[in-house]
Amino acid sequence: MDVLKKVPVREQEAKVRAANFEEVCLGYNKEEAMEEAARCINCKNAQCIKGCPVSINIPGFIEKVKEGDVEGAYQVISEASALPAVCGRVCPQESQCEGKCIRGIKGEPVSIGKLERFVADWAGENGMKPQGAEKKNGKKVAVIGSGPAGLTCAGDLAKMGYEVTIFEALHEPGGVLVYGIPEFRLPKEKVVAKEIENVKSLGVTIETNVVVGKSVTIDELLGEEGFDAVFIGSGAGLPKFMGIPGEQANGVFSANEYLTRSNLMKAFDETSNTPIMRGKKVAVVGGGNVAMDAARTALRLGAEVHIVYRRSEEELPARVEEVHHAKEEGIIFDLLTNPVEVLEDEKGWVCGIRCIRMELGEPDESGRRRPVEVPGSEFVIDVDTVIMSLGTSPNPLISSTTEGLEVNKWKCIVADEEFGKTSKEGVYAGGDAVTGAATVILAMGAGRAGAKGIDEYLNNKRSRASHDSLL
Amino acid sequence: MYKILEAKELAANIFYMVVEAGRVAKACRPGQFVIVRTDAKAERIPLTICDYDPEKGTVTIVFQIVGAGTQMMAELKAGDAFCDFVGPLGCPSEFVEEDLEVLKKKKMLFVAGGVGTAPVYPQVKWLHERGIEADVIVGAKTKDLLILEEEMKEVSGNLYVTTDDGSYGRSGMVTQTITDLVQDGKHYDVCVAIGPMIMMKFVCKLTKELEIPTIVSLNPIMVDGTGMCGACRVTVGGKVKFACVDGPEFDGHLVNFDEAMQRQQLYKTAEGRAFLKAKEGDTHHGGCGNCGGDK
Ligand SMILES: Cc1cc2nc3c(=O)[nH]c(=O)nc-3n(C[C@H](O)[C@H](O)[C@H](O)COP(=O)(O)OP(=O)(O)OC[C@H]3O[C@@H](n4cnc5c(N)ncnc54)[C@H](O)[C@@H]3O)c2cc1C
Ligand SMILES: Cc1cc2nc3c(=O)[nH]c(=O)nc-3n(C[C@H](O)[C@H](O)[C@H](O)COP(=O)(O)OP(=O)(O)OC[C@H]3O[C@@H](n4cnc5c(N)ncnc54)[C@H](O)[C@@H]3O)c2cc1C
Ligand code: SF4
Ligand code: SF4
Ligand code: FES
Repeated sequence: MDVLKKVPVREQEAKVRAANFEEVCLGYNKEEAMEEAARCINCKNAQCIKGCPVSINIPGFIEKVKEGDVEGAYQVISEASALPAVCGRVCPQESQCEGKCIRGIKGEPVSIGKLERFVADWAGENGMKPQGAEKKNGKKVAVIGSGPAGLTCAGDLAKMGYEVTIFEALHEPGGVLVYGIPEFRLPKEKVVAKEIENVKSLGVTIETNVVVGKSVTIDELLGEEGFDAVFIGSGAGLPKFMGIPGEQANGVFSANEYLTRSNLMKAFDETSNTPIMRGKKVAVVGGGNVAMDAARTALRLGAEVHIVYRRSEEELPARVEEVHHAKEEGIIFDLLTNPVEVLEDEKGWVCGIRCIRMELGEPDESGRRRPVEVPGSEFVIDVDTVIMSLGTSPNPLISSTTEGLEVNKWKCIVADEEFGKTSKEGVYAGGDAVTGAATVILAMGAGRAGAKGIDEYLNNKRSRASHDSLL
Repeated sequence: MYKILEAKELAANIFYMVVEAGRVAKACRPGQFVIVRTDAKAERIPLTICDYDPEKGTVTIVFQIVGAGTQMMAELKAGDAFCDFVGPLGCPSEFVEEDLEVLKKKKMLFVAGGVGTAPVYPQVKWLHERGIEADVIVGAKTKDLLILEEEMKEVSGNLYVTTDDGSYGRSGMVTQTITDLVQDGKHYDVCVAIGPMIMMKFVCKLTKELEIPTIVSLNPIMVDGTGMCGACRVTVGGKVKFACVDGPEFDGHLVNFDEAMQRQQLYKTAEGRAFLKAKEGDTHHGGCGNCGGDK
């Protein structure tokens, strides 16, 4: 065995998986996991921990895996993370934990994500569940949204003894984990549903079909519904479009719509009633995880797929693993290319996309080199479907109906990082609703911070109240 | 689950249901809509709220069978339940927030076409409860497709019924009635038109000439209804709006109807096939070429 290399992980073969929605990566078995764990040198001053946004004791859990004590490893991870089966699969490890791993200087870093995933899956298969509170403390907290931020916040509060209700706008809990990230990357039944069951088993109630701001307001939750505090984990929001001609043509979708139809509404399944456009040639505009997911979904629905991205490969914001997988599956990358117009036929359907070549100029505010148009380089890619994946802007449903809730100039909710405290008393927030589109692990961390903040707030309030009653 | 307390067929393929949905009933106002799902595999179907009772916690919907989803809904009876019923979504009608004294001075005309009569009803009723009598034109293709006539009569000022084929009431399209009323010397400050997209388009064309500001309620294809997917985007005054959060009601004189109608066709073939499959079961194999599908 070459200690400079990761123990290879089994995957579905590219040709086979390009035609199905089953999970691409099959994960380690116990032997493989123990072998990979042995590559960790258990650093004293472990850099990997600094790369993890929730500071999992990485050498600690890997040590347990090395010994074959998977249950012990699960306990170590659980101290810091509520969603290890998810994060092990979708964290951008190369820029986080694994990016800092000592092993990575000379060879490949330790496969921390795959090990975490192995431990979490094992725990799930062996019926390990988080421990609930011994007794309830009689306080009620409302959590808005059931994505990673909301689920984590609710789980943590329930463990502390709070009575928690999650309000979810859609008909199924999970947030982006169910409607955004596809089955082939994050299995819904095996992983997401299980995580949600875990949270429910702690005593958390989930009320679906409630749009806070419409069905009920935050002030009503804090008033007549008797909640003592509220956590907002409502996610990123409205899809952006480019504003180029032809964008309203039939066959132009936001990645959110395309992925929601496929993931949440199961449009890829013939027995589902929701339609999806099965294009023959699809252009996906953008270069993030969302773009990769939309592209790979379209590919599985039978299309030839182009990723159209205005910068170069180096700047692709998606996880390296996803880009690699996408290429293996046969997605065509049109880099340094920017759309200028969607072409439509006489009936209003997409029949092509006019693009212009770009080259990288001086670095911009983000430090990345700014793409500039190459004059006279326009050309047409003939496609029948265009999927726009350009990011999101915050949804105003909650901020516009909650008096005293401060938002910043990008309309994101303002909340402090340590406790998720907002400008409104008793209201905490975290995740994409605060930061704009980010990552699962950051949202989870923010949910955890919010739970801490709410607990502190309600404890202080109680002691203040008992103090006042003594006077 | 959201229990159906009452279900009846108002006219051929047009159904009326009273559904138990406490949160929606308490929070909703005229102009808003809900999204309904019959079971775990069903589509999310947006429907305008036709009536509501906050005390009883009920919401009334009226819908027409157009495809597989509405067909499945129509098969439900009183005592059955919807698995999902979310709302209220969208913004209430503008006049709900207007100063009542100012509103009382305005002469309002409602124009309802087909099932559009259902969403017009709560608006006229809301005004009636506040002592404002609005004129209402209800148009239907033919006598048998006319719905909610009695209910509407009770809450409206003057009610004008017209059928395209002249089988009942006046004869001709709703636009004809508008023209007649104005020629008879009626004056209106505002018009609210709700019905098929094509009807709203022609009403707006006419009221623009007549200089009557007009509000329409758009019904583009939707998925989530919360602003997340962008499926419902429409162009109003040259700007892209999401009907589920910015609407569904807009200034009709600014709406790009041709584009909106074109976007409604998006899933026509795919959905037409789903509908046929549901209706004919396994006997529908495609291949006829008529549905534009698998040949
Ligand atoms: C396609 C896609 C792929 C991604 N891939 C990755 C990846 O590989 N790795 C990674 O780390 N991150 C990835 N991300 C980002 C990551 O999923 C998000 O950062 C994370 O899910 C944010 O969590 P959240 O809890 O803040 O919000 P969300 O997961 O968005 O959840 C918010 C929930 O709140 C609900 N809600 C919203 N408004 C209301 C309301 N008014 N009332 C009630 N409920 C409401 C929503 O319906 C939703 O269920 C991806 C995102 C997408 C879209
Ligand atoms: C805000 C809003 C309010 C609505 N209120 C009502 C109402 O009160 N009563 C009522 O009967 N209908 C209403 N509609 C329309 C209703 O939602 C559609 O008729 C329904 O979704 C069709 O579902 P289906 O599965 O039966 O048909 P599908 O099988 O999805 O479609 C069948 C045919 O209808 C077309 N179609 C699909 N969606 C729509 C749509 N949203 N509008 C128009 N045509 C469509 C398709 O292109 C296709 O040709 C409303 C729509 C919106 C967006
Ligand atoms: S949570 Fe993410 S960043 Fe932290 S150790 Fe796990 S995979 Fe790495
Ligand atoms: S930095 Fe790498 S080798 Fe060191 S403890 Fe972390 S995972 Fe192990
Ligand atoms: S229906 Fe999805 S944004 Fe309006």
